[in-house]
Amino acid sequence: MTTMTGAQSLVRSLESLGVDVVFGIPGGAILPLYDPLMDSRSVRHVLVRHEQGAGHAAEGYAQATGRVGVCMATSGPGATNLVTPIADAYMDSVPMVAITGQVPSAAIGTDAFQEADISGITIPITKHNYLVTDPADIPHVLAEAFHIAGSGRPGPVLVDVSKDALQAQTTFSWTDKVDLPGYRPVSKPHGKQVQQAAKLLAESRRPVLYVGGGVLKARASAELRRLADLTGAPVVTTLMARGALPDSHRQHLGMPGMHGTVAAVAALQQADLLVSLGARFDDRVTGKLSTFAPHAVVVHADIDPAEIGKNRTADVPIVGDAKEVLIELIAAIEAEHAEGRQADLGAWWRHLDRLRETYPLGHAAPPAGEVSPQHVISRIGKISGPESLYVAGVGQHQMWASQFISYEHPNTWINSGGLGTMGFAVPAAMGAKLGMPDRTVWAIDGDGCFQMTNQELATCVINDIPIKVAVINNSSLGMVRQWQTLFYNERYSNTDLHTSADGRRIPDFVKLAEAYGAVGLRCERPEDVDATIEKAMSINDVPVVVDFVVYRDSMVWPMVPAGVSNDDILYARDLTPTWDREE
Amino acid sequence: MSKHTLSVLVENKPGVLTRAAGLFARRGFNIHSLAVGPTEHSDVSRMTVVVDVEGLPLEQVTKQLNKLVNVIKIVELETTSSVQRELLLVKIKADINSRSNVLETVRLFRAKVVDVAPDAVTVEVTGNPDKLEAFLKVIEPFGVRELVQSGLVAIGRGSRSITDRSLRSA
Repeated sequence: MTTMTGAQSLVRSLESLGVDVVFGIPGGAILPLYDPLMDSRSVRHVLVRHEQGAGHAAEGYAQATGRVGVCMATSGPGATNLVTPIADAYMDSVPMVAITGQVPSAAIGTDAFQEADISGITIPITKHNYLVTDPADIPHVLAEAFHIAGSGRPGPVLVDVSKDALQAQTTFSWTDKVDLPGYRPVSKPHGKQVQQAAKLLAESRRPVLYVGGGVLKARASAELRRLADLTGAPVVTTLMARGALPDSHRQHLGMPGMHGTVAAVAALQQADLLVSLGARFDDRVTGKLSTFAPHAVVVHADIDPAEIGKNRTADVPIVGDAKEVLIELIAAIEAEHAEGRQADLGAWWRHLDRLRETYPLGHAAPPAGEVSPQHVISRIGKISGPESLYVAGVGQHQMWASQFISYEHPNTWINSGGLGTMGFAVPAAMGAKLGMPDRTVWAIDGDGCFQMTNQELATCVINDIPIKVAVINNSSLGMVRQWQTLFYNERYSNTDLHTSADGRRIPDFVKLAEAYGAVGLRCERPEDVDATIEKAMSINDVPVVVDFVVYRDSMVWPMVPAGVSNDDILYARDLTPTWDREE
Repeated sequence: MSKHTLSVLVENKPGVLTRAAGLFARRGFNIHSLAVGPTEHSDVSRMTVVVDVEGLPLEQVTKQLNKLVNVIKIVELETTSSVQRELLLVKIKADINSRSNVLETVRLFRAKVVDVAPDAVTVEVTGNPDKLEAFLKVIEPFGVRELVQSGLVAIGRGSRSITDRSLRSA
């Protein structure tokens, strides 16, 4: 036991938890914490330019490394600026701890300067949160917060600490042991349920493994591959699970959902068995729920019991960690095979292969002289390679980055899936690069997204975080524009951003990059795409921003319009696949 | 809509009621009544929640509630295997002409007069929701001046205790 201030106790707690980097901005209420933080030898604080950047950086760090990401802000506006990344982390199950300063406890509830009830505000978007007013609580609350954030279904936890608790004297003694009588996540699946799933999988003639982000969170890619190889079943990986199985794997049909491949969407629709692993039957995957996978028996394995049966009734519910579920499922299936039970998937594969060949992912060529956004993204993936990390914003560029980059390794694709937070890419790429300094990290961003959070380029330049940013510049809010094209009679209400199309560049992204001390490059001709990417690859000491001025009318295909049945997927505009029945 | 009674054991910590009530609101579940109070363990409180749901969403309600870190245990109490009570305080118009009739009704329902004024009596009634409803129906013609009602509280019949079992496993 040592006597120290609450602030020192908090820094010691972070050190004891093995935190190596914290993203944040100081302010009045949290000032006492920043003083001892300056002396910490193991905790590095990265001063960001906006608290939202701190939150997304913590998410990027967490998704790249699997460790709990940490962000920090002062009371009031500092804390409310963290609300978006906290909600984002909640939707995508990202382990994150947010530490906020609060006004002194005597002032709480008086509408004091920079007071906001951040623990109240974040109840619906955190896994749990705390308001600490007694400095003696700091070590055990921090231990609990990290335990809750990182275990079970991961998620964000907020710890709000009043200024007087940071300033007061307290004693520090560390223990990892947490006492949470109401928090006992189940990781080990029920044996009988797993056996039932194995039996179904061994007998089913049209099975699909429907893989979600839970498989990546559980670090279970190797086990997933083993299951795929063992069963020979087709696999689809959702937007949150890209990379869980290599895209080059023969059984991988790609991404399902609104912008999924025809083969992946059709496989789900026509399956007689879905084995869902760490996925949550999101509306962007199911389309119109009542017509989703109408013939399928559903095995639903998830670590969160509340996901099972939430949207689609599960015939075989399995509560457990994806890794443990997979390990037991593999053993149970081996036993089925040993008994000679293994269905012939030949007809199913002939059907799916025909769909794959007839409706591959592709894109229409733009008019001569215009740069194709899909081509740019595809070339970045090819030239930078599968060892790089790719972090996307939200919109068309995100879908293309999911579709046209081949992910061969887990945790190489980071994006904002559930909340769909524009502006995610630059700060999340910054956090990912700090977590994985030896990897090339590309932010694949849009001109709209980039303008929401590019201030973090300053953070990247000053702290030597050399990320690469590809701005897929179609001079508009591209996905919204696509919907206006398709569903609003080409009436482009408020989607033109004037970042290239009308001859104006407001702002000029190259000059903007240079203003931050980063390198700015521009590519406007198809023949320059490779050379520009290679130039960006050759610069590794400072951040690089590439302004790819692309054809603005390119659209994301295939598409299942919102609220429509997956059966009515459009392969391209006005082109619906024909569903010839399998033999 | 069918009504279900849930006994929810929670850690006795600030904000627990907000967390639970907010969860009901944002997940679109309807609370019919909610009562909270201490238990025989100082660090555990007990909420009795009556929800209006159909079978399948009830499972969602309990699963989502269970995810709250401060929620220790949830038990559904069936009306047949539990004792369920509400408390009603009601101020009934009762002047010199009607008072004896009011008091007769109060006696019939084994209710209790807790305050008397020249033109009103205040009556305390406890019972299951059906009894309270019947009482209100009968006294309504006299004139109800003011009414306050507690949420339902419930406890399982028999010697078993849900708090003991949950705390032992903790």
